[in-house]
Amino acid sequence: MLTIASLKIGQHAIIKDISIDVVPLKLLEMGCLPGNEVSLIHIAPLKDPLFIDINGCHMAIRKEMAKLIEVELIS
Amino acid sequence: MARQINVALIGNPNTGKTSVFNQLTGLKQKVGNYPGITVEKKQGICSLPRGLKATILDLPGTYSLNACSLDENVVIELLLNKNDKDFPDVVIVVADIENLKRNLLLFTQIKDLGIPTILAINMADQMARKAISVNIKILEEKLQTKIVLISSRKNTGFEQLKDLITNYSFLSTKPCINASQIAPDYFDRLQKAFPNQELYKLWLVINQDVNFGKLNRQTLVVPTDFKTESNANLKRLQQKETILRYLFINKILKETVLIDKGNAKDFQSKLDRILIHKFWGYIIFFSILMLIFQAIFDWSRYPMDFIDVQFAALSEWTKTALPEGVFTNLIAEGIIPGLAGVIIFIPQIAFLFFFISILEETGYMSRVVFLMDKIMRRFGLSGKSVVPLVSGTACAIPAIMAARNIESWKERLITILVTPLTTCSARLPVYLIIISLVIPQQRIFGIFSLQGITLMLLYLLGFSAAIFSAFLLDKILTIKNKSFFVIEMPNYKFPLPKNIIYNVIEKTKAFIFGAGKIIMAISIVLWVLASFGPGDFNKAKEIVSAKIASQNLSSENLDTEIASFKLENSYIGIMGKAIEPVVKPLGFDWKIGIALISSFAAREVFVGTLATIYSVGSNEEETIKNRMAAEINPVLGTPLFNFASGISLLLFYAFAMQCMSTLAIVKQETNSWKWPIWQFFSLTTIAYITALIAYQLLK
Repeated sequence: MLTIASLKIGQHAIIKDISIDVVPLKLLEMGCLPGNEVSLIHIAPLKDPLFIDINGCHMAIRKEMAKLIEVELIS
Repeated sequence: MARQINVALIGNPNTGKTSVFNQLTGLKQKVGNYPGITVEKKQGICSLPRGLKATILDLPGTYSLNACSLDENVVIELLLNKNDKDFPDVVIVVADIENLKRNLLLFTQIKDLGIPTILAINMADQMARKAISVNIKILEEKLQTKIVLISSRKNTGFEQLKDLITNYSFLSTKPCINASQIAPDYFDRLQKAFPNQELYKLWLVINQDVNFGKLNRQTLVVPTDFKTESNANLKRLQQKETILRYLFINKILKETVLIDKGNAKDFQSKLDRILIHKFWGYIIFFSILMLIFQAIFDWSRYPMDFIDVQFAALSEWTKTALPEGVFTNLIAEGIIPGLAGVIIFIPQIAFLFFFISILEETGYMSRVVFLMDKIMRRFGLSGKSVVPLVSGTACAIPAIMAARNIESWKERLITILVTPLTTCSARLPVYLIIISLVIPQQRIFGIFSLQGITLMLLYLLGFSAAIFSAFLLDKILTIKNKSFFVIEMPNYKFPLPKNIIYNVIEKTKAFIFGAGKIIMAISIVLWVLASFGPGDFNKAKEIVSAKIASQNLSSENLDTEIASFKLENSYIGIMGKAIEPVVKPLGFDWKIGIALISSFAAREVFVGTLATIYSVGSNEEETIKNRMAAEINPVLGTPLFNFASGISLLLFYAFAMQCMSTLAIVKQETNSWKWPIWQFFSLTTIAYITALIAYQLLK
């Protein structure tokens, strides 16, 4: 399964599915919803957290959370 | 007099809401707390056209009306309670042009509550540069409200905003989306159970209980016989609501907002490439830390010395200007030094918040959190704990206040609990005098002074103790952690001087009126304990004079001898003697015992107290040091301050929770006496045990 955690820097993807019972509402409110675009901007020096752009908003989330958000690459 | 209009400012974090507030109200601000919680309540007055006035309430930043922190909950409590005296006549939702999509989620929720809502799009000055264009007219139609483009940086759009506030009664209160489409069945049942209530409001009230736990609320009561959906179902419905709202928002923004992505964000990503670089990122961060450290430690010394001298002079002046008596002494030796003990911290606190607000305003702070999160997490802390831990080397009081922006309560609490272990500047005078007494003035390899190394080791000891205790607390504390880690990475911005100055003033005021009261009270209590005593205390003059006369001693030291005798027989002296059996195993005598007791008000009192006890007339350190070096342990007949007792004393000061002001601020920040008391006993126990082991091993 491809998730945000498996993206490479600069890659863009579309959010396919999120495990609705584990991903907090807050993340959804920040734009993390199925159908929205996500891209990986930077990875912190110790490989965690991840600096991402979701739906035009910049934020950082921990890897454990990124693993719960399934995406599909845009070519 | 016309009624004032109540205006609430609401918006996502990082939208420049505070700048808008500052711009509207100027310095006519009042900062307080919401009753019972430590969320700041900021209000100000704004003059409107036609002689009207508005009370502006700056509410905490939030992403939606589904609260998951105390701060956010304040927003919802207010909007759901029509009877609250602060209930807004009109809400201004402050949005930021670059994150309009996300900002509108909150806007639509508030609009659907039926409150007149103005949309103020901030940072409009960025539009040209970012190639963003907005069709305001159509957007106004779709959102059924008035929109104003503002820029708090360029100070544009505010006159128009004030006009809109004045004419708020003409705003439409129609909802954006039909709430019942979230869950038609459920809303149907709600409607039947509460025919007189607004449905969307009901929905929020019930959800709030799910999100936040039942609160003591008077807004409206959901009768227990009404069967709501299961919590899991309600959560799913909230997600459905969010999705519905985004569908609505995406659709209208597609028609009204045009973003040319071509030339955006280039400068930003270049800066990020350096500032969060795996090598340079840390180098830059530590250089900034060094600068802050330097400012707090070194630059603030000058104003602090100045304050110290002024208050000493004031105290002297009071003694000569007022008639002699208990009352004068209370003012000169109790109240004025107490006041000085509050005022003297102002330079450090102001410097610290000056730098912290610059780091926050520019957007750099999120990068620090991003860099440090993984490292700190291993110890049960968050990336956001870095600032408090570093500030703690100056003073734990502002440091603990700086822990406020950690969302996770557990990580915040651990940060608050371990911060006092870092070596604060009040420990320094104690360390310096004891090190100079018990550590030989030698050099290792001809360059490193042994005394300097000892001091450095003490700083390292403080840091490691803090990190290690955090690790232990993380394992011990079983606090359910609702909050999770997400941090917005805002674009870099040049800081607005106005915001920084206001922030420094506000934080400093909060310290003076919060912790200041308690420091004052403790100083007065200490003064009373040291100035009064039973029995012999009141005959000090006769007894000491008789002693001097009978032993044929010179009378020139009479006053200092009397002061020393009085202290020994005062209440605090008696307490010192009483705890002597407890401190004896650590290598201390009753005099150090007294200094320890008075150090619980503030550590820096240690040197001064010993000075009085050893009846050294002047406070100059060298004389105190010589006197201390000459002090003999009455039992062993060896110098009282030797290597063993010195190390034991250093370790005691490194760990013990000897600062009333810190305890007061912990009480304020955790809103309970439980944590400061817990902190006091556990840290002091650790201090006692380590000092005991050290002394017993080394003696």
